[in-house]
Order: sequence, then structure tokens, then C-alpha cells
Amino acid sequence: MKKNDMSYEQAVARLGEIVESLEKGNMPLSQSLTFFEEGTALIKYCTQLLDNAEQKVVMLKKGTDGDPVELPFEEET
Amino acid sequence: MAEKKIYSVSELNGLIKELFDATPLFLQIAVRGELSNYKVYPSGHHYFTLKDSESSLKCVMFKSSAVKLRFKPENGMSVTAFGRISVYPRDGAYQLYCSALMPEGTGDLQVAFEQLKKKLDEEGLFDPSHKKPLPTYPEKIAVITSSAGAAVHDMIRILSHRWPMTKVMLLPVRVQGTEAPAEIAGAIRYANRHELADLIITGRGGGSIEDLWAFNDERVARAIYESTIPVISAVGHEPDVTISDYVADKRASTPSNAAEIAVPDASEERMALESFGIRASQAMDKRVKHLRTELNNLSTRRVMQNAGAYLDDRRIELDHMRDKLAASMEAQLGLKQREQAKLAASLDAMSPLRVLMRGYAIALNDRGETVRSVKRLRSGETLHLRVSDGSANCTVNEIIEENANEKE
Repeated sequence: MKKNDMSYEQAVARLGEIVESLEKGNMPLSQSLTFFEEGTALIKYCTQLLDNAEQKVVMLKKGTDGDPVELPFEEET
Repeated sequence: MAEKKIYSVSELNGLIKELFDATPLFLQIAVRGELSNYKVYPSGHHYFTLKDSESSLKCVMFKSSAVKLRFKPENGMSVTAFGRISVYPRDGAYQLYCSALMPEGTGDLQVAFEQLKKKLDEEGLFDPSHKKPLPTYPEKIAVITSSAGAAVHDMIRILSHRWPMTKVMLLPVRVQGTEAPAEIAGAIRYANRHELADLIITGRGGGSIEDLWAFNDERVARAIYESTIPVISAVGHEPDVTISDYVADKRASTPSNAAEIAVPDASEERMALESFGIRASQAMDKRVKHLRTELNNLSTRRVMQNAGAYLDDRRIELDHMRDKLAASMEAQLGLKQREQAKLAASLDAMSPLRVLMRGYAIALNDRGETVRSVKRLRSGETLHLRVSDGSANCTVNEIIEENANEKE
């Protein structure tokens, strides 16, 4: 899967796998390096996701056909 | 003397009814007693008798009031009944037109709560094995609560503070009043039908037990139970526990607490990412260090220090080997040669001519046989005596036999 299509959850799961394999240390060095690079890129990717996240809040109303319709939600004060 | 009016039964009962209805005390009265003869008619009206040790009172509770009952009245229960006393003209009997019943000793809501809790528990709605795990990183959260009030405000604030990656979808519902349970249950089913979210939070802020009552409704409980989307129930304050809390996959003590349970904390997540980074770097460092040590160990060996010297050594070794080989070959060859010479020598030694050369002679008789014993000889016989370079004819003069017995 391409990194940019990954959800945060998928990215973190992959990251966990990579770190564990690196810690086991039983793969060839060249593969370790590839994993290390991938892990570093994933950390950057996840951090960016966190940095750029902006909460979306919508109000759902049942449309005339019964399907949900998203409306902007403004809090009543 | 006043003329005595004769009344019809209906007229009299009508008068008595008017009298009752004009008595303020009877319009709103509370009476305590024990329930007996409790009957629910198909019409939905409830009929029962209230009694104590000495007396009894007929009561009716019309459907409109009976549907508001939050517990199931049972014979023998001590209750307080609220209502008005009036006359049923057809029977000429007065009775209590009951508008509300409250069990003695406990609030009726509490009794209803316990009854529903027992029923749903027995049905398995609280079974821990039915509870679904919550997603670690929910992508969409459906919040089913009132669009007004502190609860929704608190939840949105905490969700956006902790985990702004989640999309929050508010499904506004009434959270108190008679319409509330149906609206809440409907919204839960709607969210499931349209797969709106991967997590549902439903609840409301604190209030009286009556305010929270919608979350003790069986319809809400069943909708939560049947939801394929995990549900967090968040009703009131910490000590308030509702039926929804028991059925939900997770109970939150307050709406704010629900938001905290629902999503991870971004700052903790950043630390987790950082620690992943540290672990990866440490693993790599360890790996590289290990490889370097291995490399060092190898490079301290002479071959790596001075390849030329190593080769010289090998060359010398090779020469030594070659010498050894040659020597061994020669040794082998010399031995063979000596063996051969010895063999030839012994063959030579065996040759009869060599024997004759050493001064021996062979005697042959005239038939050409070698003479080996004196017993075969006769005196006067001619013998040929063969020596190394010729032979001579000789005559036997005397036979001297060595005495064999002497030797013995």
C-alpha cells in the first residue's frame, strides 16, 4: 500500500511491525536499512497527519429520501 | 311540610356524583394501600383494589395514565395512589380514578429500573461477551445527544483537543421527555443502517433521575444491544448508572469522559511515535555496533593487516610442503632400490655356479644323478666331479660311512 493511502491506524500498525523486526535484528543489513528508512518516513507521515488534522464537526439530518444530509454544526450557546 | 321529591336512581347517583366532584379534597388525593385484584384490560385500562386490614377501595387507571407507569404493579405491593375520588353513576359506586402509582418505600422509577434491569440481564443484554471492542483510532464518531447544552459542547471540545483526525457527526435528538427514547433508539438504528460511523457516543449531561429516564428505556437498551457499531454510553454524572450504561460496550461516567475514552490523545500519540523512532534508531545503532565489532575482530587478523606477508607465509609453507613431498618420494624410491639389490644378491647367491665358486664341488654318477649319500655309491664306480671351471672323472676307492648311531 502506498503510504499516502494509509490511514493513521494502518501507518502506526506498520510502524510497530518495522520497529519490532529491527529490534529482532535477524534480517540482512540492507533490509534493515530499508526498514529503517520506511519507519522514519512513517513517523514523519503520522506526525504530519496529526499536525494537519482539523476536526470536522457536522450535524446529520435525515434527508427527504431518508439518507443522511450533512449540515454545518454551529453550537448553540 | 315540604313535598317529598322522589328521585330516580340515575338522578340520585348524579347528585351524589356532583357532591363528590364539588368536594375539593376528592379532586386531588393520595391514598396508601396494598394492591390486589390487579387487572389489565385489553382496552389498556388498569383495574385494581387498594386495601388495608379493614377496608378496600376500588380503583381504575385509564390507559393514558397507565402507559406512564414505570414499573409493573403486582398484587401485594404497597403503593401510594394519586388521583380523584368520584362516582361511577351506572353502578352507584365511588372509586379512585388513579392518575399515578408509586410503590411504597422506593421511588417508582427505582422499582421500574430494577425490574427492567433484571429482565434485560436475564435476557443477556449485559453479557460481557457481547461487548464489542472500541476502535483505537475511530475515523468517524456519531454523537447522539441534544444539539443544545453542555454535553455536546464538552464532547466536541475534548474530541478536537485530543484527536482532531476524527470526524464528528452529531445526530441531534431529544434526551428527555416522552419522545426521547424513541428518538435516541431511532438515531442509533439509523447510524447503523447507514453505517455512519465506527463509534457511537450517546448520552446527556446530568439531571434528576426523571431527566435521565430516557436512558433507562427498554427501546434505547435494545437499540444499543443490537448496534453493530460499538456504543459508549455517557449519561449524567459519575454516580448515575442507567440501563444504557449496562448494555453499552463501554460506560463513560460523563459525556466528557466518553470523549476521552473514544479517542487517543494526540500528544501521547506523538510521544509514542517518538519512542518508535528512538527504538528504531537504537535497534539500528545496536546492529551497526555489532557489525563493527565483528569487522574489528576480523581485521585484527594478520591476513587483513598485511596481505603480502600472509602470502609470503603461504608461499614458504608451500615450499616446505614441496620439499617434504620430494624427500618422501626419494625415500620411497631408495628403499625400493635397496630392496631390489638385496633380492638380486640373494638370487645370485643361490646360483649353483656361485656355490661352486665358493669351493664346493658336485659329484654326479655315470647316470648324471647328483650324489647326495654314500649309500648310493659302490667302490670302483666312476664319478664326475664338477667344480667351478670344469670337471674330473674320479674312481671311488673306499666308502666311509659316518656312523649315524654315533650322533644319536
